[in-house]
Amino acid sequence: MLDRKNNRLLIVLSILTLVIGGCYILYQLNFDILFYQLPSRLNRVVTMIIVGTAIAISTVIFQTITRNRILTPSIMGLDSVYLFIQTVIVFIGGAQSILLMNDFVNYIASMLILVLFTVLVFRYLFKFTGSHVFLLLLIGIILGTFFSSLSSFMQMLINPDDFLILQSSMFASFNAINESLIWITGGVVLLMLVIVLKDFHSLDVIALGRDHAVNLGVNYDRKISQLLLIIAVLVSVATALVGPIMFLGLLVVNLAHEMFRTFKHRYLLIGSTLIAVITLLLGQMLTQYVFKQAVEISVIINLAGGIYFIILMLKESRR
Amino acid sequence: MIDLKGISKIYGQKKVVNDVSVSIAKGKVTSFIGPNGAGKSTLLSMVTRLLDQDSGDVLLEGENILQSPSDKLAKKIAILKQSNNLDLKITVRELISFGRFPYTKGRLNDKDHEIINEAIRYMELEDFEDRYIDELSGGQRQRVYIAMTIAQDTEYIFLDEPLNNLDMKHSVQIMQILRRLVRERNKTIIIVIHDINFASCYSDNIVAMKDGEVVISGKKDDVIQKQILEDIYEMDINIECIYGQQICVYFDEHKDASVDDFIEDQVHLRV
Amino acid sequence: MIHKLFRLDIMIILLIVLSIISMFVGVVDLAPGDLFDLDDNQKNIILDSRLPRTIAIIIAGASLSVCGLIMQQLTRNKFVSPTTAGTMDWARLGILIALMFFPTASLLVKLLFASALSLAGTILFMQIIQRVQFKDVVFVPLIGLMLGNVVSSVATFLSLRTNSIQSLSSWLQGDFSIIISGRYEVLYISVPFLIIGLIYANQFTIAGMGEDFSKNLGLNYRRVINIGLLITAVITALVVVTVGMLPFLGLIIPNIISIFRGDHLKNTILLTAVLGAVFVMICDILGRLIIFPYEISIGLMIGVIGSFIFLIMIFRRVKSNA
Repeated sequence: MLDRKNNRLLIVLSILTLVIGGCYILYQLNFDILFYQLPSRLNRVVTMIIVGTAIAISTVIFQTITRNRILTPSIMGLDSVYLFIQTVIVFIGGAQSILLMNDFVNYIASMLILVLFTVLVFRYLFKFTGSHVFLLLLIGIILGTFFSSLSSFMQMLINPDDFLILQSSMFASFNAINESLIWITGGVVLLMLVIVLKDFHSLDVIALGRDHAVNLGVNYDRKISQLLLIIAVLVSVATALVGPIMFLGLLVVNLAHEMFRTFKHRYLLIGSTLIAVITLLLGQMLTQYVFKQAVEISVIINLAGGIYFIILMLKESRR
Repeated sequence: MIDLKGISKIYGQKKVVNDVSVSIAKGKVTSFIGPNGAGKSTLLSMVTRLLDQDSGDVLLEGENILQSPSDKLAKKIAILKQSNNLDLKITVRELISFGRFPYTKGRLNDKDHEIINEAIRYMELEDFEDRYIDELSGGQRQRVYIAMTIAQDTEYIFLDEPLNNLDMKHSVQIMQILRRLVRERNKTIIIVIHDINFASCYSDNIVAMKDGEVVISGKKDDVIQKQILEDIYEMDINIECIYGQQICVYFDEHKDASVDDFIEDQVHLRV
Repeated sequence: MIHKLFRLDIMIILLIVLSIISMFVGVVDLAPGDLFDLDDNQKNIILDSRLPRTIAIIIAGASLSVCGLIMQQLTRNKFVSPTTAGTMDWARLGILIALMFFPTASLLVKLLFASALSLAGTILFMQIIQRVQFKDVVFVPLIGLMLGNVVSSVATFLSLRTNSIQSLSSWLQGDFSIIISGRYEVLYISVPFLIIGLIYANQFTIAGMGEDFSKNLGLNYRRVINIGLLITAVITALVVVTVGMLPFLGLIIPNIISIFRGDHLKNTILLTAVLGAVFVMICDILGRLIIFPYEISIGLMIGVIGSFIFLIMIFRRVKSNA
């Protein structure tokens, strides 16, 4: 009976996504520049769907593996590494550097380094720390601090004009995304999605913890490293495409938990993806029409997600 | 039949389990007893592949368990560890359904639902099958987990201290169900248990461990012997036959005079 | 062998030697022999820059390390520190708000504001970790770091509106080269707090055992906790305002001491303070020498060396557990 309620909820969320997406595309559409405006808005919506999916799916899996609801994959220092890459590019090449100006080169470079970093952290350290995921995270965070120390030192030395250009890559933005990159990312995310959905039942079992999962025949350690790899790829491509949005995953996955009240990943995966897309659409509308592009969307979402995080913690502590 | 051959586990310098070789008979209840830190739970984890041993082999009907795939193994052996704190929003029925995962990988058919219903009936959980598990008492929750292993329908069932935190009534209930499983379904049950009298009353065979080694293993009457138990637990233990059961009495340790008097007084009062 | 080195007398001698070296490292040539024959320029350098810098290093290093030690005692968790509890982020947010909304107020007022905010933040953190049941000790610093991230995203939001990200980010980076006379004296305020911390050391240990335990020993639990929080918040705010963020300092120094000298606060609290000063001094001197005549900021030096040491500590822990 709970399942029926949740199925209905999924349908409602899907309709809501379509309506808001439609509103965003059609709102104040100017017919004089239709051929420019429509594709650019469509691009943005597609990007939001891709990024929302990547972040939501990776966070759901991550929280299932770590068996808690307040951590997100980005605290392992991915954001810092991304910023470090961008800072190094500006620091060495200046703002006119081909790496910064050419979206394609920048994307590929960032993505490769990010995936490499995460895989290295995960694969090597996972062997070392065993199934001690929290320790793994702590090491990730320290590496993150290490990189952000380096970047903020370099940022001090960069001249202010270059810094303004660097600043734009410090915050996620859905404006002017290179179209071919959207398709590449979309392909990668889709591939990961297929792998995850093919075996989403074992996520339900993994949520029970290692002992139960092994007892029920899941090849736990192998499955976990496979899932960590998927998380790494998803977060990396999303970050390389639009930039870091730290608290999006936290926000949407917890909202999904509140709404669906279930452990079943069928609902959690789809539900949080839909919520993520809705959140991004609303955030984008806020930036575009309320703040008139003065504030970046990631700042708004991080603010909302961050405050939600504190409320969540307080609620947890009052229990 | 499960054969352990030379199993060892070493943490740092300490040999938690040291070269244990023992056979577990099929269709019986076998209890592992011994003082804290004897290595019982660690051994159980290694036998059920939750933990890798540093040396030695576990043979399940002649086959090395590390060589058989984990999902195949899940249809032959089930293990329930002692701490089961889940903060998931999951109902009793849903949790029990997980027992069918090794067979169905999550897609349940009519036969699976039948087996789940039967497990619920067996553990008398019909009244709260739709409740969330975090709303249940410790005893009820323990029954739910055992129902899950019943739904898993394996020949071998391992339970690590199944009576932990249960009162007498629930303890007896659980032990009777274990005996029923052996009698009616010819299961093989292996438990780690602290209460020596529960072990004595409900097991067929007992394996006694101390300091990571097996002291003795055999029929329960061969193990529940004054001299053996006193060596293992390093205290005075008397064994009395009450209603045909061997009961260990270990309270009146004749060492401390004041405690001694206290117990003696009570004996006099009753007489 | 190595733990013989971690003795109070050896450390104090080391600190004195390093302080003297620190006085003579810099762009303007200054040899110890010149001391008796100073021209005006050299006198200015010593009194306005080198001496304040050296004093600031000692105070900041010692007091932040002691802060970390106190927080670790109160939470019974070796991974907690002003960095991993978000205290530094709160202090930074406080400074930013003060700069934006009352830019004309004196430094002391801004400082009070920053201290108040970091106190509030630290209390929030303590409330959360005391009430939530955690499965793992490492979870606690993760919560703190997340909380810190929330706070810095608020700071980013504010500074983005005023276009002051770059200056904010240089504030984030600890830097002693900005320490000249007239700009660092507020740091002296942390000295009395440090002394209070030393006096209360034993009681922090008891309070860390929990409310019931302390009541059983007749300790006013609430008061001790409050004093501990106040000390850490004020000191952290002071350091962030004058020097900037010094990541991991409050984490690694107490942990090193704990490895070599155990956990009895009576034996270790002074040693922690002195080692903290020595460590910061070494980092700062190295930072001045490596790319001479330029300088690598202390924030970077400590960030790099600190995270390295911290990683080693974690690996050691894992090995001894396995």
